[in-house]
Amino acid sequence: MKHTFSVYVEDKPGVLNRIASLFRRRAFNIESLTVGHTETPGVSRMTILVNSDAQGAKRLEANLYKLVNVLRVHNLTGEQSVYRELVIIKVATTTLEIRTHVLQLVDVFRARVVDVSADSVIIETTGAEDKIEGLLEVLRPYGVLELVRTGRVGMVRGPRSVTVEVPDLSRTDRSDPDDDENISYSV
Amino acid sequence: MAAIRTGAQLVWESLVREGVKTVFGYPGGAILPAYDALLDYPIRHVLVRHEQGATHMADGYARASGDVGVAIATSGPGATNMVTGIATAMLDSSPIVCITGQVGSKVIGTDAFQETDVTGVTLPITKHNYLVSHVEDVAPTIHEAMYVARSGRPGPVLIDITKDAQQASTEMEWDPKDVKLPGYRPDLRASKEEYRRAVDLINGAKRPIILAGHGVLLSGAMGLVRQLAEQANIPVAMTLLGIGGFPAQHPLNLGMMGMHGEAWVNQAIQEADLLLAFGMRFDDRVTGNVKNYAPNARKVHIDIDPSEFNKNVSVDVALTGDLAAVLEELSPLINAGDRNVWLDTIKEMKGEVAVRDIQNLPDSGHLYAAHVINDIWRLTNGKAVVVTDVGQHQMWEAQYYHHDEPRSLITSGGLGTMGFALPAAIGAKLAKPDAEVWVVAGDGGFQMTMAELATIAQEKIKINIAIINNGYLGMVRQWQEFFYERRYAATPLLSPDFSKLAECFGLKGMQVDARKDVVPSVEAARAEEKTVVMDFRVEQEDTVYPMVPAGADLDKMIRRPSSAPIVETADDK
Repeated sequence: MKHTFSVYVEDKPGVLNRIASLFRRRAFNIESLTVGHTETPGVSRMTILVNSDAQGAKRLEANLYKLVNVLRVHNLTGEQSVYRELVIIKVATTTLEIRTHVLQLVDVFRARVVDVSADSVIIETTGAEDKIEGLLEVLRPYGVLELVRTGRVGMVRGPRSVTVEVPDLSRTDRSDPDDDENISYSV
Repeated sequence: MAAIRTGAQLVWESLVREGVKTVFGYPGGAILPAYDALLDYPIRHVLVRHEQGATHMADGYARASGDVGVAIATSGPGATNMVTGIATAMLDSSPIVCITGQVGSKVIGTDAFQETDVTGVTLPITKHNYLVSHVEDVAPTIHEAMYVARSGRPGPVLIDITKDAQQASTEMEWDPKDVKLPGYRPDLRASKEEYRRAVDLINGAKRPIILAGHGVLLSGAMGLVRQLAEQANIPVAMTLLGIGGFPAQHPLNLGMMGMHGEAWVNQAIQEADLLLAFGMRFDDRVTGNVKNYAPNARKVHIDIDPSEFNKNVSVDVALTGDLAAVLEELSPLINAGDRNVWLDTIKEMKGEVAVRDIQNLPDSGHLYAAHVINDIWRLTNGKAVVVTDVGQHQMWEAQYYHHDEPRSLITSGGLGTMGFALPAAIGAKLAKPDAEVWVVAGDGGFQMTMAELATIAQEKIKINIAIINNGYLGMVRQWQEFFYERRYAATPLLSPDFSKLAECFGLKGMQVDARKDVVPSVEAARAEEKTVVMDFRVEQEDTVYPMVPAGADLDKMIRRPSSAPIVETADDK
C-alpha cells in the first residue's frame, strides 16, 4: 500500500542525497518526492510517497530518523489528510472545434488555461491524484503534447500541526569564503 | 579574547580537548597543513602503511577501549583507501572518526588533483559525514562528530576538511557542552506498555534463551545480563560479536549461535518458546532460514536502534533503548524462575554432540587449528585480547578460545573483512598497552595487510601473531568442498615464509609444524620482547564444524563425522 511521509529536514547541502541514498540502499521505491521550504527558516519539508507494507513503512520511518539531518518524520497515511498535486498539461488544439471541446473540459474540471497559442493550450490544475488522472484521461484523445506533475504534497486536517525544533543556523548561513590571497589551493 | 588558530591547529586542539591521545594516519597533499600542526600537539601519531590499516587500527582501538578511534588521511586515494575500514566499522557499530583532507573549496568539482567526492562515496557507509570548508566549522564539527560516533548506536563518522579551511585562521571557540542536534535522538525509550508485555512473556516462558549480541558490550550491560540470567535461570547464547558479553565459563553460557555455532545452541534456539534478543540484529549468519527460525518462540527484541525491529525476524515485543537502561527497568519485574527441565534438555543435547569435539579425539600427530587456538587460550589463561581475521580460523577462535571478559575478542563480523586482524590488533594494543594482544589470522587475510608489520616495527609494538597457515583460502575452500564438488578454484594459496618475513621487518619469526611444539612456541612468543610472527602449518583440508549451509534451517547442520580420522590426509591413506 502507498504511504505518504512528511519529512522535515535541515536545509543543508546534501540532505536530499542522504534521503535518496537511504531509500535506494534499503531497497524502497520512491513514487514521488517533493521538497520545499517551510514556515521555519532552515527547515525544509519533503512529502515522500512510497509503496510499502506497514512494517516496511515503520522501518523506513526509523531509518529516516537515523539520519542526523532529519528533524521529524510523520506518516500521514491513515490520518485525515489533504493531498494535492499540481499538473501542467500542453494539449494540441489544431482545430477550433477541438479547442472548444478542450476548453469545455477545462471548465468541467475547474482547471485553468495558462497559455494559448495557435495550435496548443497549456492547462494547469491542482487536486488529488484521481482528479488529475480523470482530467488526463479525457484530454488524451485530443493529443497531450507534454505534461509535468509536481508529485504529491500533503497535510493533516484540523488545527494540529507538527512542531519542529529549529536548527542552529550559524553553520548553514555562512556565505562563501572570502577570496584570501594567502591561501594556496594546490595539493 | 580567544586565541587565533589555523584550521590545522584546530583539528589537533579539538582532538586533544576530546581526550584523543593516539591517531592513525598517513599524510598527503590535502592534509599537509594539518600534519604540519601535528608536531605542536601532544598526540601520538601512528604512521600506517595503507589507509585501510588506519581505519582498522582506529576500529580496533575503539573496540578494545570503548573510546572513539581516530584515523586521518589525505584526499582522493587516501580517503578511498579508507572505505573498507569505514564499512567494517559501520556494520559492527564501532565508533571511529575519520578525518580526510579535501582539495581547496574553490576547486571542488573541477576534478582537481587527488579530488574525490569523499562525503558522497562514504555516505551509505557512515553514520554521518561532514564536508567542512570554513575554518570556523572545524572545531564544532569535530566535537559533534565525536559525539555522534560514540552516542546511541555507535558508528563511523567522516569529516572531510578542505585544504583552505585548514590554512585559514579563526578564533578558537570551544564549547565543551554536550552537542545538541535537533534531529538526532540517541536516547529513545520504550513505552510502559511494551515493558509490561515483555515482562509477561518472560515470566510465562518455560524454554527461554537470551541471545546476547554486540549491544551487550557496547552498552556495558554485561553485569545486568548476567544478573537477569541468574535470577530467572535463563541460558545465554551469543552472537560472534556478543562473545565476551557473558562469561564463557558460566554454567548458563551455551556458547555461540549461528552458522558455525554449537549444535546444541542452534537446536535449543529452534526448540525455545521465547527468544530474548539483546542488542543483536538477527543477521542471516545467526538465523539460517528465517522462515523456519525458532518457529515455536515468541520474540522480545531490545535494541537501541528501532530500525532493527522486524527487519529480518518479526518480533512480538520491541523495546527501544540502551540495553543497560532497559534491563535496569525490566529485571526487577522478572520472577525468579525454575527452568531446570529446560536446562536439562539442553544438557542432553549438548552431551550427545560433545564427543565430536576435536579436543576429545586421540592425538593423531597432525596439527589442527583448534589445537593451536585452544593451547593459546590455556597458556594465556583466557586473559588475552584476541583479534581475529575472517575465515575458518575466526570460527575456530570463537569455538576454542573461551572469552570471559568483554572486549577481549575483536573481530570483523558483519562485513567479514579479511585483512582486519593485524591493523586492528595494533589499535587494540595501543588502546590497552598492558593487555596481552594476540592476532589469530589465516594465511590469506594476513597477506592482505601484512605491510603493517612495518608499523609494528616502527612503533615498537609488542603483540603475538598466530598465522593459521593451511595453504588455502580455507573457508572458501570449505564451501567449495561442500557445495562445489571440491573444485578448488583459486583457493590454493602460496605464501612467503612468514617467519623469515618477520625477520625482514626486524621482528621475531617462528614456524610450528607439530602439535608437541605448540605449547613451547607459544610460551617462547609470550616471553619474547619483540612481536612474534608464528607460522602454524596446520592441516590443509580441515573443516569448521558444525555448519549451517547458507539459507538452510538453523538445526539442519553439517556435522563433524563422528568416526576418526577427522580429516583425511595423505599420511592417513
